[in-house]
Amino acid sequence: MDLKRGSSSRSAYHLRPALKEGEERRTLSVLVDNESGVLARVIGLFSGRGYNIESLTVAETDHTGHRSRITVVTTGTPMVLEQIKAQLDRMVPVHRVRDLTSEGPSVERELALVKVANTGDHRVESLRVKDAFRASVVDASLESFVFEVTGSPEKIDAFVDLMRPLGLVDVSRTGVAAISRGPDGM
Amino acid sequence: MPSNPKSSTMTGAEIVIKSLIDQGVEVVFGYPGGAVLPIYDELFKQNKIEHVLVRHEQGAAHAAEGYARSTGKPGVVLVTSGPGATNAVTGLQDALMDSIPLICLTGQVPTFMIGNDAFQEADTIGITRPCTKHNWLVKDTDDLAETMHQAFYVATSGRPGPVLIDIPKDVQFASGTYIGPRNIKPSAYQPKLKGDTAAIQAAVELMEGAKRPLFYTGGGVINSGPHASQLLRDLVEATGFPITSTLMGLGSYPASGDKWLGMLGMHGSYEANWAMHDCDVMICVGARFDDRITGRLDAFAPKSKKIHIDIDPSSINKNVRADVPIVGDVGHVLEDMTRIFRSRGAKTNKAGVAKWWEKIDEWRAVKCFDYEGSDTLIKPQFAVERLAEAMKKHGDYYVTTEVGQHQMWAAQYIPFDSPNRWMTSGGLGTMGYGVPAAVGVQIAHRDSLVVDVAGEASFMMTMQEMSTAVQYKLPIKIFILNNERLGMVRQWQQLLHGERYSSSYSEALPDFVKMAEAFGCKGIKCEKPDTLDDAIAEMIAYDGPVIFDCLVEKHENCFPMIPSGKAHNEMLLGSRAGAGDISQAIESDGAVLV
Repeated sequence: MDLKRGSSSRSAYHLRPALKEGEERRTLSVLVDNESGVLARVIGLFSGRGYNIESLTVAETDHTGHRSRITVVTTGTPMVLEQIKAQLDRMVPVHRVRDLTSEGPSVERELALVKVANTGDHRVESLRVKDAFRASVVDASLESFVFEVTGSPEKIDAFVDLMRPLGLVDVSRTGVAAISRGPDGM
Repeated sequence: MPSNPKSSTMTGAEIVIKSLIDQGVEVVFGYPGGAVLPIYDELFKQNKIEHVLVRHEQGAAHAAEGYARSTGKPGVVLVTSGPGATNAVTGLQDALMDSIPLICLTGQVPTFMIGNDAFQEADTIGITRPCTKHNWLVKDTDDLAETMHQAFYVATSGRPGPVLIDIPKDVQFASGTYIGPRNIKPSAYQPKLKGDTAAIQAAVELMEGAKRPLFYTGGGVINSGPHASQLLRDLVEATGFPITSTLMGLGSYPASGDKWLGMLGMHGSYEANWAMHDCDVMICVGARFDDRITGRLDAFAPKSKKIHIDIDPSSINKNVRADVPIVGDVGHVLEDMTRIFRSRGAKTNKAGVAKWWEKIDEWRAVKCFDYEGSDTLIKPQFAVERLAEAMKKHGDYYVTTEVGQHQMWAAQYIPFDSPNRWMTSGGLGTMGYGVPAAVGVQIAHRDSLVVDVAGEASFMMTMQEMSTAVQYKLPIKIFILNNERLGMVRQWQQLLHGERYSSSYSEALPDFVKMAEAFGCKGIKCEKPDTLDDAIAEMIAYDGPVIFDCLVEKHENCFPMIPSGKAHNEMLLGSRAGAGDISQAIESDGAVLV
């Protein structure tokens, strides 16, 4: 893998190295009918109108009601962010749009599967780092491990950076899932 | 739902026709092909819906737009898969930009062949996703009726727009259950119609104190229905405030009304644009602060508080920040606004507003639409003025246009006293819109005068629809301002590109009179100003479609004009700005703008 140390800021999740002046980062939760093409519709809105996607996660969360929850992390000026929410909200299959960042405290988690190939000291060290990050081993061979690590995107970045000199081979990340704190639902 | 007495089993094609009838559809504009043959077979077996066979699917979409815009009802398009669908795309995007309700039904290859590059297969849903308000691929005949009725709901509610249903051929043949419009599930799409009372109250307070108020209205007033136009007129009269409108909103307030300042924007009137620039309270009703309206954004109405009424929340704060945003239907909000305004005693700052009118009268005195006349050549403005005069005398007229200089002259010189009379491609700027739109308007208003004010270049993009007009005995009048140029392109090349007229003349033009005769229409050619009135009278009197070839001054520019990247108070006036000024009018940072 051609990943340089600290280059995670240029990964698919961090296409923009840092926030430009006047821009903010928001995590939006979008509840949609899980109908054919709904993801293409949402992505097409972002690409067609030139909005940024830093992370996008989608899965059906209500199997009987056929509802999916899309979590999207985006950046922009306050005016653009307001536009993004309004544009999402007026789409026909969209039931609700929530701005988790601005509407009160929320939790964000991401899961990653990280493969390292190593032996000897590196193998021992990677297990120590795994423990420090409370990651777990989900696959092992005599010359490799697959670790499962969960946390904020920054924690996963840090874990991946530490694994790089220890024989990092592959990383697979889910993107951010987020939910508001407290008793209220969407 | 077999136990439901209102439901019954029928084929997909029958469901399509039954849904259209139950939705009150009277006309479908379309073109048959392999993937919609079962639906055409059902059309053949019934007499309730008239099918208008166009000559190109783009024409079907524009004709449906003309029909919709002039009646307030949704327009219906029926085309085949692949090229049928892709040809309709321009019309769909046009309807999306101008918020016109269309239901486009496309045939699709059978479900088991989708994705196999079958004959006349295209990913219609993928292609039309960004140019429709919503679209559906129906894979099961049992879902068809529900989808048809949902489509009508989505197209016509909230901010109207085009929707598309892609129906594979096997779904048209298979049997399924029909349900009527009243039995469908509520949609997740529930636009807000009532405006927030506190916001409306705040708006009224601003209006009461305003010294230099201005109504800035748009197509949303017309989309909200004739009732909204009436409410707007009442509110304008009650407040005594001046009013201007976008291209799309012409007719909602009568051009003959004394509060009318004319259209605003890039080619709008001097008084409307100066009033926009200097106003202290702007009441934007169903308009979207398009770049053709605002000019340079950082110099747009700098001293104003802005009230913005729109049914689409995404229109608010998109280009210009609103001080008082009101999300809701124009009709509902104007009703509440008028009620609150009256209940508070119908107060306005009378002294301030009187002074404002004095200022406006000074701007009006500039007479920005004056042009230099000619005894030998027909000036395009003169041609449109004489046409307008003749149409006024005739009464009951509808106007469509193509896109370019002639469109702006039509907007400047033809007065509209009621809504739904003016059909033009505003947002997308689609050359070739006018002829098929005129077909759609005339289908809905058989006895009215329908004139397409055209340029020769635009006309040639969709002129095959003259054949449709002849077939259905539609007496549309195509009034071509023929300058043998792509006039607006030429004007921009003069202003911006050192008078290098790259590909902007219409070479090898056909003889339009002979062409008219070949189509079975009447052809009239006019070259001299003194014969123009008689020629126009002959055109209007003729009971059938006419192509009127009006040869006009070739190098006339369209003024007034706010050059790209300039503010409202930097507009150029025709009779005052010489060619020398014009070539300096646009600076390099404005040149990148369209």
